[in-house]
Amino acid sequence: MSGSEGTAVITAKALTKRFGDFEAVKGTDFEVRAGEAFGFLGPNGAGKSSTMRMIGAVSPVTSGELRIFGLDPADDGRKIRARLGVVPQQDELDEFLTVKDNLVIYGRYFDIPLKACREKAMELLEFVQLADRADSKVQPLSGGMKRRVTIARSLMSDPEILLLDEPTTGLDPQARHVLWDRLYRLKQQGVTLVLTTHYMDEAEQLCDRLVVMDQGEIAAEGSPAELIRTHSPREVLELRFPAGTNAEHAPKVEGVGARQEVLPDRILIYADDGEAALSEVHRRQAVPESALVRRSTLEDVFLRLTGRTLVE
Amino acid sequence: MELLNNHRPPITAGLIPPSLRDARRPHRVLERHWFVSRSGFFWILLGGFFEPFFYLVSTQLGFGSLIDDVEVGGELVSYVHFVAPALLAASAMNGAMYETMNVFFRMTFDKTYSSMLATPMTAGDVVLGDVFWATIRGGLYSAAFLVVMAVLGMTSSWWGLLLLPASLLVSFAFAGVGMAIATFIRSIEDFEYVPTAMLPMFLFSATFFPASSYGRFEWVLNFSPLYHGVALLRALNLGQFPPSIFTHVVVLFALAGLSIVLSAHRIERALLG
Amino acid sequence: MMGLSTPPAVRVWEHQLILYRRIWASNVVVSIVRPLLYVLGMGLGVGGLVDDGPRADEVLDGLTYFQFFAPAMIATTAMMVLVNDSLWPIRGGFLWNRTFFSQAASPISPGEIVGGVALWHLTKGLLSSVGVAVVLALFPSTRTWGLIPAVGVGALTGVAFAAPLTTWAAWRETDLSFPNINRFVIVPMFLFSGAFYPISQLPTWLQWFSRITPVWHGVELCRGAVYGGLSLGDVVVHVVYLLAWAGVGWVLARKVFADRLGN
Repeated sequence: MSGSEGTAVITAKALTKRFGDFEAVKGTDFEVRAGEAFGFLGPNGAGKSSTMRMIGAVSPVTSGELRIFGLDPADDGRKIRARLGVVPQQDELDEFLTVKDNLVIYGRYFDIPLKACREKAMELLEFVQLADRADSKVQPLSGGMKRRVTIARSLMSDPEILLLDEPTTGLDPQARHVLWDRLYRLKQQGVTLVLTTHYMDEAEQLCDRLVVMDQGEIAAEGSPAELIRTHSPREVLELRFPAGTNAEHAPKVEGVGARQEVLPDRILIYADDGEAALSEVHRRQAVPESALVRRSTLEDVFLRLTGRTLVE
Repeated sequence: MELLNNHRPPITAGLIPPSLRDARRPHRVLERHWFVSRSGFFWILLGGFFEPFFYLVSTQLGFGSLIDDVEVGGELVSYVHFVAPALLAASAMNGAMYETMNVFFRMTFDKTYSSMLATPMTAGDVVLGDVFWATIRGGLYSAAFLVVMAVLGMTSSWWGLLLLPASLLVSFAFAGVGMAIATFIRSIEDFEYVPTAMLPMFLFSATFFPASSYGRFEWVLNFSPLYHGVALLRALNLGQFPPSIFTHVVVLFALAGLSIVLSAHRIERALLG
Repeated sequence: MMGLSTPPAVRVWEHQLILYRRIWASNVVVSIVRPLLYVLGMGLGVGGLVDDGPRADEVLDGLTYFQFFAPAMIATTAMMVLVNDSLWPIRGGFLWNRTFFSQAASPISPGEIVGGVALWHLTKGLLSSVGVAVVLALFPSTRTWGLIPAVGVGALTGVAFAAPLTTWAAWRETDLSFPNINRFVIVPMFLFSGAFYPISQLPTWLQWFSRITPVWHGVELCRGAVYGGLSLGDVVVHVVYLLAWAGVGWVLARKVFADRLGN
């Protein structure tokens, strides 16, 4: 394992995807290394899913170069898919089968012997803590449970890379934490994780490295800490003024921090020392309804890079 | 890159999609469908026996004394002997076609295919698998039908055994056609057109009255895919082997082949964009 | 005020009508094209064989086979259309789109929902019967004023099936039985309904099966309406029998709907 650690398992050069006139991915370059958790962070429509589908060898590359395990998906799609696990954005579970049979049948698509499929299915349901629902139909399960079944299903073939497209979108906080915990264990077992998300907390929790995507392009790349360090001062002061008065208050607090962003519901002031910035705001006799000092996050990085928020 | 790829592609390259050439696992699709349908299989089979039974008994009792013998390839046969193999062909067609209508749901709401295509399976596997499955469904109905025919004395001789592979061929052809049609369906409302489009074929394929009744329009029959099935089964049931059965067999195989290629193109376009 | 004065059942019916507007064009084409094909295929095609056959005059009461077969299609078509419109759509209203629950959550009572469904089924029965009647009016040998009452008979026949099947669909927990209802109940009724040949061709016990099925009564009434020849007594018996199926069906449907919708 340690020998392959750090070798590139996915490389993309000038990767482009076009649908008719629309360019979903505009010549991106990135590299995913064995054993790491790599993220694509960006809002809806940033080109994350298109990128994932190309990596998953189910969507042809329009131009540029893409190699997965050193193979070209245009020629060796089957071989690539045999070594990938895929967790699509919608679960796509088979509603006509039980939870366990969903896994068994999926394993059969990889030519795994039936008996081995049955054993593996139970083992994986154990892993995602759903062994007691093995004989249940899929339909009555909660969103979080379905997601875990999908993850278990994607692991049937012992994939080297797991592709997760928005793994926790639509789940409640508790379900998300359960899921993150399982993904973290997989990473520890040496599975390479590639995921897309528009949640910065998810990216911070799970990713060793990530790229920030916006409108089909990569805006920045690095570890979460690096990105925050490079693109945003250490702290953020959030000010809320009475509704609709942001614009009139903005000039008053101008220059308090290194930079400021005026959002519809609040003003963000970026500064290395948030408390000091707040004192300065008070000194200028601007009276916010509430004020909050917090650490910079990837959300701020994204705002800095694109001028927009991740979740609108 | 462009220059390196400049070798001459095989003639079939444009026609047969790579996914079809790469298909290695259509049997996995059968396995999935078997898992889904095994619990309801008894009823499916039972229905397969009763439906032809009702149709054949109704025809025999109702029309038996009303209609004179009909001429088939120089032989005179009773009306029910004339109709039975035609209904068998129609049953093979219906069994296969209605099964393939599920393809629309597997493509859209159920996402069955999307899941399969994320694995080493190809669009070709999906198409072949579903066509084979529908063929088997149609084939089972045909087998049940054939048993009923034999029990009611409507098979003419041991040549009747040839009806089984022949009706499998009919199922195969219509499984292909059904699959191709299903890939063009946009919404559930479109399904209404399918039985309506099948009805004229069912009624006007020399099913219930002989080709000679069509007078100078007899040649039009050749455009009905079902007619080729009807004529094939009717001849075989009587142990007749006119040269035209060769045409019927070729037409049915060609129909299946073209439909499968078309379906693979369609599925790729819809799901692998 | 206008909205308030509309009876609730009519509003349920309107809801169906609005859904239908999306598909009416194809539906109208289908409800004319299908009977036309049947009339040509069975009526003329098979008819040619029967009319040339040994016993046509004796069995068909002096009608040609075409004349004999065509009016029966008003009843059988209405049956087929309404069987389709009562099984899965009713189940869908409880299970998939849950329309009945959202209607029951408004001030509409379960009984009024059933009333709306009944009105809708009657409408569909009339539409499909009109489609067939239009086709029959194209042919001089079947063009009589009797087609007008026959349309009413067709709708009544359809409802005689829709009412009990609506009850069944609302009552059962799963739809597993639905295909079997088609295979084992509707198809034999269709085949032995006297539409394709007089039931006198059948053995006595099967004739009794035919007489029990509502569709035979509808077929007899349609044929009688178009060509005459039914006594008043016959007409009363047939109509009452069909009304009984419809009436009992709707009474039961009201009960099942009330149970299901929690009133």
